[in-house]
Amino acid sequence: MASGSSGNGDGTGFFTSVADTAERLATTGYLASTAVATTVFLADRLGKPLLVEGPAGVGKTELAKAVAELGRARLVRLQCYEGIDEARALYEWNHAKQLLRITAGRDEGWDQARGDIFGEEFLLTRPLLTAIRGEEPTVLLIDEMDKADVEVEALLLEVLSDFQVTVPELGTITASRRPFVVLTSNATRELSEALRRRCLFLHLDYPDAELERRIVRLKVPGLDDTLAASLVRVVGALRTMELRKAPSVAETIDWARTLLALGADSLDETVVRDTLGVVLKHQDDVRKAAQKLTLA
Amino acid sequence: MTTPPAADTAARLTGLVRALRGHGLRIGPAETVDAAAVLDVLGFTDREQMRAGLAAALLRSDGQRTVFDAAFDLFFPLGVGTPEALRADPPSLPDETEPPRFGRPDPLRDRLRERLADALAADDRAAQARLAAEVVEAFGRYGTGSAPGSDGWSAHQALGRLSPETLLARILAALRQESPADLSDRVLADEIRRRIRDFRAQVSGEARRRVAELRGAERIAERAVAPTADRIDFLSAGREQLAELRRTVHPLARKLATRLAARRRRAARGRIDLRRTLRRSLTTGGVPLRPAYRLRRPARPELVLLCDVSGSVAGFADFTMLLVQAMAEQFSKVRVFAFVNRTAEVTDLLRRGQDDPARLAARILAEAKVMGYHGNSDYGSALGEFAERHLDAVGPRTCVLVLGDARNNHRDPNLDALRRIAGRARRVFWLNPEQPALWSTGDSAAPAYADVVEMHSCRNARRLGELIARLLPV
Repeated sequence: MASGSSGNGDGTGFFTSVADTAERLATTGYLASTAVATTVFLADRLGKPLLVEGPAGVGKTELAKAVAELGRARLVRLQCYEGIDEARALYEWNHAKQLLRITAGRDEGWDQARGDIFGEEFLLTRPLLTAIRGEEPTVLLIDEMDKADVEVEALLLEVLSDFQVTVPELGTITASRRPFVVLTSNATRELSEALRRRCLFLHLDYPDAELERRIVRLKVPGLDDTLAASLVRVVGALRTMELRKAPSVAETIDWARTLLALGADSLDETVVRDTLGVVLKHQDDVRKAAQKLTLA
Repeated sequence: MTTPPAADTAARLTGLVRALRGHGLRIGPAETVDAAAVLDVLGFTDREQMRAGLAAALLRSDGQRTVFDAAFDLFFPLGVGTPEALRADPPSLPDETEPPRFGRPDPLRDRLRERLADALAADDRAAQARLAAEVVEAFGRYGTGSAPGSDGWSAHQALGRLSPETLLARILAALRQESPADLSDRVLADEIRRRIRDFRAQVSGEARRRVAELRGAERIAERAVAPTADRIDFLSAGREQLAELRRTVHPLARKLATRLAARRRRAARGRIDLRRTLRRSLTTGGVPLRPAYRLRRPARPELVLLCDVSGSVAGFADFTMLLVQAMAEQFSKVRVFAFVNRTAEVTDLLRRGQDDPARLAARILAEAKVMGYHGNSDYGSALGEFAERHLDAVGPRTCVLVLGDARNNHRDPNLDALRRIAGRARRVFWLNPEQPALWSTGDSAAPAYADVVEMHSCRNARRLGELIARLLPV
């Protein structure tokens, strides 16, 4: 087997190696673990969509943004919600404009009018079609896939496996340049087996303490190093408690900012008790954590 | 790792895939091809990259990760035999060759403990990995080596000798002395405990790897790799496995909820009501422009759980109760009754117990009157008491789930009581955590009960999920 023979031509070609991926993600401010860098590199090289699952606030969406930024690619985002349909995801016809066109050309025959009104000019491209038709490098972010209905998944299958879309009036449109596709999910709904099979799977979990400390230092530069370390340790401990909503990286950063703003130089009882609400979002959780940390 | 020949890689990869399939992961040939492409792109220089890459190609959910990691370590081992780092720089062994006896100093053990304490205190992963290898090498070997198959490596034996848990106090004391007091020190003990647990896992992995060398990776992968949480057998689950099982409650409940909701949506869509459509069509000259639908509004079912909470099946009942509690939205009303030999309603206890699911079973035993003058299960009198005193909980819209192994200690099964319940309820299902082959053995009254109501074997969370999705009339 010659190295990199399979799928090489299909990839987006943003990166040259795993190390390169990690380094360049870091330049955009996204610190990636080995697992993340490896999977992103593979998605790029093999030209497969990347399905990122994990708790809220660990940087799933950020990852797509970072890839777009460093690849100098256009970010096309499809935000999923309950009830999203083909017209919102793929394309629709601009009915108002079509009607205007018909009324403007009263004298022509039906055949001519029909040929005209289903042309490029009246096509409204929605995220999926936009990403496929784009000539420039593109990152397609399909955000919160689990919020959409099952029917949308079926729609995505054609797009994700062959990178083509069929518009009955225009024919099949195939991507001239494959977009780098990232799907995110909080796993509120089980995604279909068929969709999962077409993707590389990445479970993006809370980072380990060392990585999280580096993230905090990067995002909140003014914070003292030992304080950042203590902070990360306490957040790590909170995550092991059975809370209703475990704090995520976003909350760690919020907490770090809060402490910086308060001018705290160490984590003492008063500071923690006063600011625990920044990290924990439920009163029950705050009470439980305070008890566990034996705050008075 | 050095680059193995292509044929060897293919064999390892397919071996890994087979082992994963054996543990219930559905992996098709397309994924195996993807995995091969991954290895092709990544090469063999970085083992963690290989691990991440193969996981991305082969796995479909996070719950499969532990099984994958254990199997990966077997099929793509760190090395062969004594780890290279150890061979390159062998630890100095003490001259003492006599086996240690009780009360005699054991310098090798003391030195390893010393180094482990340092490594754990510093959170030095590399040192811990090396120590795990050394510990298995020093204490883990058993058997004579003369007869094939009689010797091997045991993590249990090695860890028993080393007893890393007893280092906790020492590490804590040392660390507290070093650094100034800070609030984060309050979580220190938990952190060290976690590091010790990780170290134990490392030792187990190392022992497994060396056994796999002796016996073949495929056989070890079959037996020694722990199952995914949804396949843990309810009856044989240990305390930690039950805790892990409990963590799967919410994801499983969510999954079931979407499935049930989708079914309900489909059911509510209804069919065309021909009579009304025709009548409507009269206003448009007989052309049925607006079809009328026969709308059905399926009521959410009421659910009554009747759970045996005696020691032998408590884990199963516990898990099922939590699952039903997490799915409460799917039912219009849920009532839970627990029994050992007397029956008591525990719906409120369950509602209040949301914060602390771990102690649910213990609280039920302590606070509800589920036990009479003895502590053995008695299905007959429990069902009888339910039929006497709580039968009003059961109505024509109620689905009753009886949870238990139907092991009745040779008492009267009181089939009449079950018949009375079944007579009032819409459906009654009995979920039995034992495998059907055991139903007719010993003191089990399962066959008798199975004559009255539908009985299903339900041994793990996956099966429970399937059953609930299939049986409940949503």
